[in-house]
Amino acid sequence: MLNWGLIGPPMLAAFLASIVEAVEALTVVLAVGATRGWKSAAAGAALALVVLLALVAILGPALSLIPLKLLQIIVGTLLLLFGMRWLRKAILRASGVLALHDEAAIYQTHTAAMQAHGAAGGGWDTIALSTAFQITLLEGVEVVFIVIAVSAGGPGLLIPASLAAVAAVVVVALLGLIVHQPLSRVPENTLKFVVGILLSSFGAFWAGEGLGVDWPGDDWSILALLAGFAAVALVSVAGCRGMAARKAVRS
Amino acid sequence: MSGLKRILDEAVGLFVDDGAFALAIVVCVVVVWALAAWATQLRPYCGPILFVGLAAILVESALRRARK
Repeated sequence: MLNWGLIGPPMLAAFLASIVEAVEALTVVLAVGATRGWKSAAAGAALALVVLLALVAILGPALSLIPLKLLQIIVGTLLLLFGMRWLRKAILRASGVLALHDEAAIYQTHTAAMQAHGAAGGGWDTIALSTAFQITLLEGVEVVFIVIAVSAGGPGLLIPASLAAVAAVVVVALLGLIVHQPLSRVPENTLKFVVGILLSSFGAFWAGEGLGVDWPGDDWSILALLAGFAAVALVSVAGCRGMAARKAVRS
Repeated sequence: MSGLKRILDEAVGLFVDDGAFALAIVVCVVVVWALAAWATQLRPYCGPILFVGLAAILVESALRRARK
C-alpha cells in the first residue's frame, strides 16, 4: 500500500520542477529542430536524457552510504539554497521587478543563432546535436538534483520521484510534438513559486532534523513550514510590488 | 580547463545567485546548529527560530533587490 502522504509531496516537487525545466529545454530543442533538422536535435536531447537517468541511477543509491544525520544537513542546506533561490526569483518576477521568462523571445533568439551557423548539411548535424544535448543536460541537471534531494528524505522515494520527473518530461515532449512551438502559456513562474515553497520547506525541515532540532508536531511541521513559506512569499510579492511602484513614481 | 571551470560555475550557479543571500542562509543554519548543540534549553524553539531566520533573509533579500 502506497503512503501518498509520504511520497506525494516529493513527487509533486519533482513533477512541477521537471515541467519548468522541460519547457525551457523544449524551447531551445524546438528552435534547433526547426532550423537545422529534427533528427539531430532529437538525438542530442535523447542522449542527454540517457546521461541524466544514469546520473540519478548512480548518485541516488550512493547517498545511502552517507550517515543519515550528515545527509540531512547537507541535502537540507542545499535544498534551502536551491529552493530559496527559486522562490526569491519567482517573488521578484511575480512582483514585476524582474521580467517574466519569455519562451517566445528565447525561441526567436535561438532560431536566429542557429540560422547564423549557415545551412545544415546532410546526415548528422553536430551543431544541432551538441546544442540540443547541452541545453537538455543543463536544464536536466537541476531536475536530477531535485529528484535526488527530495528522495533523500526517506527510503523508497527515489523511484516515485524519478517517475514523476519522467512523467513531466513525457507530458512536455508530447505537447511539444503536438503544438510544434514553445509552450509560452505554461505558467512557469507560478510553478517556480510553488516548487520554491516546497523545496524551501523540505530543506528547512531536513536541515533541522540533521541539526537535532525538535520540530513541534514532528513530520506535521512540514505543513506549517509550507504555509509559513507561502505566506512569507506572498507578503514579499506585495512588498516588492509596492517598492517597485514607489521607485517608478520617484524616477 | 575552461570546460571544467564552466561546469564548476554551472554547479555553483544552481545554489548561489546572490552571494549575500546564500551566505545568510548558511549562517542561519550554522547559528541554529550552535543553538541546538549548546543551548539545549532552546532546542524546542530551534525549529521556529530556523524558519523565522530564513523568512527574514528571504524578505530582506527580495526587498533589497526591488529597491535597487
